[in-house]
Amino acid sequence: MRTYDVCIIGGGPSGLCAAQRCAEAGLNTLLLDRSPSLGGQLIKQTHKFFGSKEHYAKVRGIDIAKLLQEKLTSFENITILTETTVVGIYEDFVVSTLHHNQYKKIQAKAILCAVGASEKFLAFENNDLPQIIGAGALQTLVNQTHVVPGETMVMIGSGNIGLIVSYQMMQAGMKVNAIIEANDCIGGYKVHASKLRRLGVPIHTKSTIKKAIGTDKLEAVEIIQLDEHYQEIPNTSRIIPTDVLCISVGLSPLHQLTSMLNAKSAYIQELGGWVPLLDDTYQCSVPGLFACGDMVGIEEASSAMMEGHLAALHVCAYLNQSHPQAAELIPYYENQLYELRNGVHGAKTLKGILKRKEAMNAQ
Amino acid sequence: MLNKTGVPTLEQVQSVFFNEVTLSSFKAVIECYEDIPCNPCALSCPVKAITIAPTLHSQPVVDPDVCTGCSICVSVCPGLAIMLAKVQGDTAIFKIPYEMNETFSPQQKVYALNRSGEIIGEGVVLSVSNKKHQNKTSIIEVQVDKALLHDFITIRGIHHG
Ligand SMILES: Cc1cc2nc3c(=O)[nH]c(=O)nc-3n(C[C@H](O)[C@H](O)[C@H](O)COP(=O)(O)OP(=O)(O)OC[C@H]3O[C@@H](n4cnc5c(N)ncnc54)[C@H](O)[C@@H]3O)c2cc1C
Ligand code: SF4
Ligand code: SF4
Repeated sequence: MRTYDVCIIGGGPSGLCAAQRCAEAGLNTLLLDRSPSLGGQLIKQTHKFFGSKEHYAKVRGIDIAKLLQEKLTSFENITILTETTVVGIYEDFVVSTLHHNQYKKIQAKAILCAVGASEKFLAFENNDLPQIIGAGALQTLVNQTHVVPGETMVMIGSGNIGLIVSYQMMQAGMKVNAIIEANDCIGGYKVHASKLRRLGVPIHTKSTIKKAIGTDKLEAVEIIQLDEHYQEIPNTSRIIPTDVLCISVGLSPLHQLTSMLNAKSAYIQELGGWVPLLDDTYQCSVPGLFACGDMVGIEEASSAMMEGHLAALHVCAYLNQSHPQAAELIPYYENQLYELRNGVHGAKTLKGILKRKEAMNAQ
Repeated sequence: MLNKTGVPTLEQVQSVFFNEVTLSSFKAVIECYEDIPCNPCALSCPVKAITIAPTLHSQPVVDPDVCTGCSICVSVCPGLAIMLAKVQGDTAIFKIPYEMNETFSPQQKVYALNRSGEIIGEGVVLSVSNKKHQNKTSIIEVQVDKALLHDFITIRGIHHG
């Protein structure tokens, strides 16, 4: 069985930044990802990113993935395995992987999980009809495999993902017939909403989907208005014809891997659901097990990268092989995160992080 | 309004526009009405005409006396929230960011659209720029009637119906 100093699970923005810092500190580093290419959510993002210079603002997501990977090429102490899914972690830090139908085991002194999140789905009548698809899957289909599944689309959810994916589908030639939002306000950045509105896409707030209509495949959706208690208002439903229905109603952190080691977790609504509890060094309740990025709270690639750097710096310290610049880098990234979360959109995250910390201390 | 529909009010639009005297040459008009953690517009402006302060979340403010109308910020903004505007005689000329697949060429007649995507008139494309630094965001220069100054936001080909 091969052994490593650190095994980083997940090569999204968080895991990639973490790998760079671990390698710089001289750790024998293994980076595993189940996808054929590294970059996580970034490889599906064709739009220019928000943030500041440090977060690669104005660079398109897919190009950020390339930039982060380029930083790893010079290191001989990183092993990267793609199409390698981690299916188990055991108490002795043995990690069980699946690659092309073959199971293998490796062992590490520390494990850093950065596996991201999974999409939430929505319950409604006929939600199993073909052409009803999650936002992530639609992005994979259109942006990665270049298959456009229909001419028209309705999007459920007006968060940043719903808005951005709608815009991407229009760039791919689809017509977006409507964006449906249950809350009374648009969830994502208004600049994204305005981009769609000026192209004629209607956004209906206080509305939801009642049912999907079609026999062999989707033909239309029935949309109904909601009152302030999210109850359907009778006689307000209308039918919108569409080829595709895309669901983008949020993400849930993937806490299952850390839970395999019985790392303590809690349901924290502000962070998107069940998350592993962390101390100030991104360490779970199990010594040597660390976690960062969307799996510890749904945020942005910008914060996932900063957390990846920080978690890795703490992993190095845990393994008594401190990063040569840890003293400067730790306050630098802490400050970056502070700035990112210091606005209206960050308030919820900060509340969730506080709860996560309190739950950890209460254990 | 903006929160519910994605369309800003006329007052919001007017609050970020400059008067006609100032608009005798191209000036950046920024419609970023929400505190979001973003600042590439300010960082990319070569003459520092855009201020985002005191925090990364603050909304950008343009100093029209400093802005040279160079258009660098237009293609940089990930929110497609910046355009250049100028008043010339009884027309308004804009340089807008554009990322859809339709292509336009100089002298082409196009529909002028408002912030709800409705047709409000016609305009003429004056130029189309696709320089490398724009990173695949085109900048289209369009001339419309001056009456549309605060209404116009983007274009659509006329054949599209
Ligand atoms: C449509 C859309 C638009 C977005 N726009 C922006 C934006 O403009 N700006 C911004 O900052 N952020 C944006 N984001 C958010 C950003 O993409 C995420 O916050 C970020 O990717 C999270 O990074 P991560 O590394 O934590 O997780 P991910 O990017 O999800 O990466 C996790 C990785 O772990 C791998 N993995 C999972 N499970 C396993 C396993 N068991 N074994 C091995 N590997 C595994 C996955 O294959 C994946 O590569 C957007 C997201 C979406 C969906
Ligand atoms: S147009 Fe040029 S000078 Fe004016 S604000 Fe934008 S980048 Fe600065
Ligand atoms: S770059 Fe665009 S979205 Fe970002 S702050 Fe500037 S105007 Fe707003």
